[in-house]
Order: sequence, then structure tokens, then C-alpha cells
Amino acid sequence: MFYQESGQFSTRYRQDGRALRLWQQRAALWALLALAFGLLPFIGNDYWFSAILIPFLVLSLAGLGLNLLTGYAGQLSLGSAAFMAVGAFASYKLQFLLPGLPLLLSFVAGGVVAAAVGVVFGLPSLRIKGFYLLVSTLAAQFFVEWLLTKFAWFSNGNESGVITAPPLLVAGHDFGSPAGRYLLTLSVVLPLFVLAANLVRSSLGRNWMAVRDMDTAAAVIGIPILRTKLLAFAISSFILGVAGSLWAFTYLGTVEPHGFDLSRSFQVLFIIILGGMGSILGNFLGAAFIVLLPIVLSILSGSLLSGVLPAGQLENLQKIIFGVLIILFLIKEPDGLARLWQGWRARARLWPLRF
Amino acid sequence: MSETVAPLLSLSHISLSFKGVKAVTDIGFDVAEGEICALIGPNGAGKSSLLNVINGVYQPQQGEIRFAGRARRAMQPHEAAVAGIARTFQNIALFKGMSVLDNILTGRNLASRSSWLEQAFRVGRAVADEEAQRAVAEEVIAFLRLQAWRHTPVGQLPYGLQKRVELGRALAARPRLLLLDEPMAGMNREEKREMSQFIREVNQVFGTTIVLIEHDIGVVMELSDHVVVLDYGRKIGDGEPAAVRALPEVIAAYLGQQRH
Repeated sequence: MFYQESGQFSTRYRQDGRALRLWQQRAALWALLALAFGLLPFIGNDYWFSAILIPFLVLSLAGLGLNLLTGYAGQLSLGSAAFMAVGAFASYKLQFLLPGLPLLLSFVAGGVVAAAVGVVFGLPSLRIKGFYLLVSTLAAQFFVEWLLTKFAWFSNGNESGVITAPPLLVAGHDFGSPAGRYLLTLSVVLPLFVLAANLVRSSLGRNWMAVRDMDTAAAVIGIPILRTKLLAFAISSFILGVAGSLWAFTYLGTVEPHGFDLSRSFQVLFIIILGGMGSILGNFLGAAFIVLLPIVLSILSGSLLSGVLPAGQLENLQKIIFGVLIILFLIKEPDGLARLWQGWRARARLWPLRF
Repeated sequence: MSETVAPLLSLSHISLSFKGVKAVTDIGFDVAEGEICALIGPNGAGKSSLLNVINGVYQPQQGEIRFAGRARRAMQPHEAAVAGIARTFQNIALFKGMSVLDNILTGRNLASRSSWLEQAFRVGRAVADEEAQRAVAEEVIAFLRLQAWRHTPVGQLPYGLQKRVELGRALAARPRLLLLDEPMAGMNREEKREMSQFIREVNQVFGTTIVLIEHDIGVVMELSDHVVVLDYGRKIGDGEPAAVRALPEVIAAYLGQQRH
């Protein structure tokens, strides 16, 4: 009743090819944008911005990066955090090498460096597939972490490789406050999502999915496999690189190479598995799940069990519950939250007259 | 076959083996522009291997492939696609996670002129390009009467329709030569009749040259202009359907058991 396409016919291919075909979808998007830009910056408090909204946005973006590579192009990777690290350290270093480089440009430049590194580590994908590729991307993970820790040049001489964000100035405005950092993050993340959504429903996106579903058939219909896979690595790593810069600059402010370790790669992988492979929306849903669930669990356990168990055990208990919930969820809905949303949408179309 | 016009596809002395096992031995035949040529033969005769040689999935150890006036020792799949060769597979090779429309649109990938940056920003050639490819895809969808399933993921379609979508993906490339590997395998009589009709229409309406593998001898006799018979990797018959059917070697190897 609330969600249906009755009377909304596409009369042009352009209309039919829109990402959001129904006015309900577009209205919901505008409402969300108004909320995110117009309302949240005024009513949110520092805790919301720093502990929930900013990590949620950055992890959504990281999920998007990996989802393009794994969910759309079918190339498994455990090197996400490495590409995030490359983006962060490259943005940081370029700020020093090129004084006066605008902040947003340094994010882009960090992404470009990450893309180049991504292409290099994507080269094995031409020969190896599946789990073997997954293992070879681990090389990226360990190599980058080692490189950034070993050579202080990357962190401008800091012995333990720690980098600290420069002042967050964009066109003379200081975005250093929590609300400012939130707005800056949002303004970088959303355009990248728009570009990615455009890509996946155009020729390159279809080529990615073709390579994912059956690469022999893709080659036979003339899709250049090499170029398609390497572009997936490049664009995925670019987005991960920008996510890494945001993680270092707008979320944490100070970060060391070990902040981008293997468990971060797994976190990004969980986001796309939980959110939904091959879904743009799924990245937001998966990131929300990963960010919010531990907070909810710690609030719940804090209020229910704080006197009963010692604090250390309480923390372990939270991790156990978190893991069990993920397993239960994946048994119930292996295709992720995006599929759950689709199912709900299909039901809402017919509600309340189901037959 | 006219003697004055050069054939569209000409194979000569093709031999292919896998680690010593000979799949195809010294095979040569011509396919004229605009004809329907059927490859027949018992299981394991080398028919699919030969199709794979023509569009570059396999590289033969010996021989030459001449397509549209250009001779090659072997093709690469991408090269074959660019030259205008499209194909379907014996076991359906659709992109299971994508819709019917998207599958057919992938067949247009070589015609796409916009760069990925234009596609990401939806500027420049990207928008007009996407619409042009969509228009061709819609022609194919209308031709194969797939309108009702345009946005359905192909994995959810019944077998017969999947075969039709795969034909559509090949047609979307507007090929000069279409290779069909058992397009009617596993179909009932009604579906076979429908598919034969589509194949004949493709040949007549678009003038596409077709090489197909088929086991149903009735369909082959009815559909094809030219039949090539293989047995144990060798060619044992080549000519018009009626003439091939009468050859004693063919009768012995393929159609009947009686040997006097």
C-alpha cells in the first residue's frame, strides 16, 4: 500500500534505467538527505558523531570498495585494510610533500596511490581464482603493514609509524568539530556512492558481473578479462584508499599502521557478507550492523550484568554474543541484509491485500 | 554453394589434441556466407571441440582458420568476438546473477563506446551510449519474445527460456557468424519447434551465417543447408543434407548399425 509502482510506468529507457525508479524511493532518499545534512548536525551530540555516525559512514565506504571488487567483480580479497592504509598514509605524506595541497585533493590523491597499489596486487587475479586469490591478497595486507611500520619516511619520521591528521580545513572553513568532521565525511562518502551506483548499472558494472558469474562466457562475448579485473582492483582500491584517509583524518585523528591490520580487513569483509554481496545499499546496512551491534550489546550487558560479572569477562561475553548473532543471521539470511530488505519490499508492495 | 564467392569461414587441416588424446584430426570444411551448417556425429566425435577452435577457446596444434578473408593459425576468444563470431554453449553459460536484460546487454559490450569515467559520472557519451545499447537489446528481446521476463534474474527461468536468453545474448552482438552448441538439447518437441523457428528467422531476417551442433536428425535435415559429419575426430561426410544422409560411412557411423 505504501510501497508500490502502480501507475508508474517507464516510457523512456532512461527512466527505466534509473537507480531509483519509484517516486517513493526518491522521496525517501531526499528525506534521508535532508535528515543527514539538515537535521542531524544540529541535534546530534559529540558521542553520536564520533562514535556512531562517522565510523558508520567510513565503514560503509570501505564496504562499498570491497563490494565492487568481491560482490560485483567476484574477486575475493583480504587486503582491504592494506589499501585503506595506503590511502591514509599517502594522503598524509602528500600533505607534507606538497604544502598547500587542498584537503579534499589529498583524499583523491591518496585514493589514486591506493588504486595503483591495488592494481599491482590485483595482477595475480589473472592467473588464480577464489580462495587462492584470497591468500595472495593477504600478501598485500602483511607487506603494507610491514612497510609502513618499518620505514619512518611514510610517517614523517615517527618511529612507530603514527600519523596525526592535519587541521581539517576546506576552503578556509575549519571542519575540526565533531559535527564538522561528520559533515565532511558525509560529503566525501555520498558522492562516491553515487558514482559507484552509476558504474554498477552501466557497461563496466555488467562486465564485472559477467566475469564474476562465468569468466569463460565473458571472454567469448568479447569482454576484456584482464582490463575488467584490473579496473575492479583499481576502483575498489581507490574507494578503500579514500575510506582509509577518512578513517585516519576525520574519525580517529591519529592512527598507526596496526590500525589497518588483518582484523580490519575481516571487519570490511563481514560488512559486505552481512550487508549483501553485489548490493550498494547493503554496504550501509552491513556497516550499521557492525557499528551498532557492539554498542547495543555493551549497553545491554552493562545495564543487566554489570554487578554480576567482572568487566573483562563482560567484554569477552559481548564478543561471543556478537559472533553467535552473526552466525545465526547468516543461517537465516545468507544473502545478507539487502536481501532481507528486498523481501520486505516485495511484501510491502502487496500489503494489506496479499492475494 | 557458389564457387565464385569466397566462403565466410574456411577451416583447413585442423588438428587438436589434449595431451596426446586426439580430439580432432585433419579436418577442413567451408561455410558459405548466409548458410546454416550443421555439425553432426556421435558423442565424442569432436563437434564441440571444433566449435571451440573456431571461436578461440581452444588453440589447435595444426591447421588454419580463415574467417572473413583473414587467415589465422588460432583465434583468441576476444579476437573472435571482435571479428563477429558469437556463440552459445552446450551447458548454458548465462550470467546467473543478472537479469535477462543485463545478460543481453553484456552481448553489446564491444559496441559500447563510452569510457568507465564517463559511465561513473553519467556524462559525455555514456547516457546516449547506454540508451543505444538498450534499444538494440530491446529489439532482441522483442524478436525472441522475452518481454515478460526482462527484469527476471536468469537463474529463476526455466531451462528452455534460458536457452533462448543465451541465443539473445549472442544475437545482441549482431554477429556475422553464430555458433550454436546443441541449441535444442533437452527440449521437448514444442520447444524444439520454437527454437528451430528462431534459428531460421535469425538466418533469414539478419542474414547471419550459422554453424550448429544438433543430435535430432529430423531437425538437422529440415533446418540446414549443409551438413558436416564427424566421427572419432575425422570428417566422414560433407555436403547437402540429403546427399550426406545417403553416404554409407555416415549410415554406418551415425544413423544405423547394419553392416553387410
